[in-house]
Amino acid sequence: MANWTEQKAHIAEAELTLIKGGAGKPLFMLHDELGFPGWVKWNDALAAEHAFVIPLQPGFGKTPRLGWVRSFRDLAGLYSMAVREMGLDPVDVIAFSAGGFIAAEMVAADPKIFNHLILVGPMGLKPEKGEIWDIFPVTIRTHLRRTVADPGTAEFGSIYGGEMTPEQFEAFEDARAESARIGWEPYMHNPSLPYLLRGVKNVPTLLIRGAEDQIVPAGCVAAYAKAIDGARAVEIANVGHRPEIENSAEFVKIVQDFLAS
Amino acid sequence: MQISYFTERPYRGLDEDEILKNKAYFAVPNALFDREQAANDYNYYLDEYCYAEELGFDAVALNEHHGNPFCMGSVMNVEASILARITNKVRIVLIGNPLPVLKHPLRMAEELAEIDLISRGRLVTGWVRGAGSEQFFNNANPAYNREMFNEAHDFIVQAWTKPGPWRYEGKHFHYRHVNPWALPYQKPHPPMWIPGVLSPETARWCAEHRYPYLGLGTALGPTCDLWDFYADEAARHGYQAGPENFGYLIPTFLAETEEKAREIGKNFVFGGGQNAFSRPEHTLPPGYNSKGAIRMLAKHPGGSWLGVSPEKLRAQSDEGRPDTTDFDTVRQKLLKGYGKAQKNLQLLIGTPESVLPKARTLLRVLRPSIFVFFNIQGPVGDEDRKTSMRLIAQELTPQLREYAKEIDLVDPFERAPGSVAYRNGVTRDPVVDREPLAALGMAG
Repeated sequence: MANWTEQKAHIAEAELTLIKGGAGKPLFMLHDELGFPGWVKWNDALAAEHAFVIPLQPGFGKTPRLGWVRSFRDLAGLYSMAVREMGLDPVDVIAFSAGGFIAAEMVAADPKIFNHLILVGPMGLKPEKGEIWDIFPVTIRTHLRRTVADPGTAEFGSIYGGEMTPEQFEAFEDARAESARIGWEPYMHNPSLPYLLRGVKNVPTLLIRGAEDQIVPAGCVAAYAKAIDGARAVEIANVGHRPEIENSAEFVKIVQDFLAS
Repeated sequence: MQISYFTERPYRGLDEDEILKNKAYFAVPNALFDREQAANDYNYYLDEYCYAEELGFDAVALNEHHGNPFCMGSVMNVEASILARITNKVRIVLIGNPLPVLKHPLRMAEELAEIDLISRGRLVTGWVRGAGSEQFFNNANPAYNREMFNEAHDFIVQAWTKPGPWRYEGKHFHYRHVNPWALPYQKPHPPMWIPGVLSPETARWCAEHRYPYLGLGTALGPTCDLWDFYADEAARHGYQAGPENFGYLIPTFLAETEEKAREIGKNFVFGGGQNAFSRPEHTLPPGYNSKGAIRMLAKHPGGSWLGVSPEKLRAQSDEGRPDTTDFDTVRQKLLKGYGKAQKNLQLLIGTPESVLPKARTLLRVLRPSIFVFFNIQGPVGDEDRKTSMRLIAQELTPQLREYAKEIDLVDPFERAPGSVAYRNGVTRDPVVDREPLAALGMAG
């Protein structure tokens, strides 16, 4: 599983750390609000045909925090610059949770930046019904536990199991602090985003949600489906906020089919 | 020496089991609130502060917490305004207004100026960052807490001292027209004392601004370390720190007999006491703490900080499992802590005779010129509270004042903090006396 490398790119005065791995058509991946969980099975499964480019979010430990980035929209602006400067556009994107919020801001500002847009349990819009679960007034352990329907999932254990090392604890706290800094209020959504998303036309969009997701409610995905022209929503049964590790086989198939379309 | 009287103004109508069930004071549901109880408590505490003035305390101190029956002062400036009018000579010390949580420094400048004017210059204003739980209560972004604290403070000082009107475009605050008509009675502005629980960042900031730092019942050894840190920072800024730079708040309960004091004194751990102020997940919001503090918490598995140990953090993750808490076992544990805190001199409980040597030790070791007595917590009746105040004021304080004079504890009104020059190359004067710590088993 070592077919990936860590690289640096100087983008907009930022020393952006990137994970790159796989071969083929570039696939821009945006990790969630807890940081990049590591290169796992689903990455490997897609790496045969897709070259992952995964920026590690500023302030999450590897890429230094950028004071001028004060919102998800600012961060989206930075990542859009990164995509353009790396000559990736238009690119396929797969984005998870808060990463989905970033991707949505990117496509709202520039619909031509993405070929295919895949949002997995995306935050960013106020749910039509329900609330995005508040990740801040809980400890990291409680938060992690809630991201899966079944904590017995083997890959969940291999990523997060065992005693947390001081380095892991610090990395999680960095990620939580940065997510709070840019997503505290309004909480992990942007009220103007649905209006801007209505300007997105002809971007094939797939919305994936675990049916047992306890972080992002179905109402969030419904709001995206309503806002983005032609967006298709898929629900994976018996999994939570991390369908990519709880049922990676089905997840990979759905993604492969969509990207090949 | 400034002797001050302080109380958290606890809500006295809450069943302890409700706090234990919630595992903290913060987030106890307000369906349990009783307006008659609260109305009685608020009025009583104002009367109690007047009684403190009558007894001869130099100052009365107020604080502020939000959504928490541990402390009824949810808008401290309201109480301070009333006290400004109904007291005559005590200083009114605010320890302190939580600037990042309140988010409106111009209004704060106006409110405090009014209090200083009504009291004719008796206000001592202090600032805090606000407890972790207050970031949630007030929806204040914890990741900007320190930045907002610094910016709000700097803005308020300007609003009080720089002739208006002027425009302000900061990072977190923006004002088109800064020209408060009511300016403080004291010039250039009221003195500022800064309370804290041993954050080195706050101590560094205090030393830089030459503001006295008040340890809030903090453990003796680490408090000495922090005083030294402050004094080293002060030397870097060109002055010698002294007693005028330090204050200490000590929970104290006195009664006519040892037995009664010990029995009623247990209310300092009512519901878990200070350590049960809020649950770990509310105490440590993301981004609220410095990188250094987080690293310390991560690397010291046995350590405890702000009452939050890694064990408590782990226990919190048991969310959702059936609660098997046996309250009697919890109470037994709390009582052990009660005994330990007395041994460590973080609680003074007893008669004036038994408490005097302990209070003298605190003065000798920490050399604070501001000494704040914190009255009992829990549902303790008015008469017992007042008896303790009277014994402190009439039987303990006169002897402490004498001792303070003897060991030269000069206060901030006698010598301006930061006014003694430090000469480069000369070893700075000690600010603490650690010698008694060995006998208390706290050396090292």
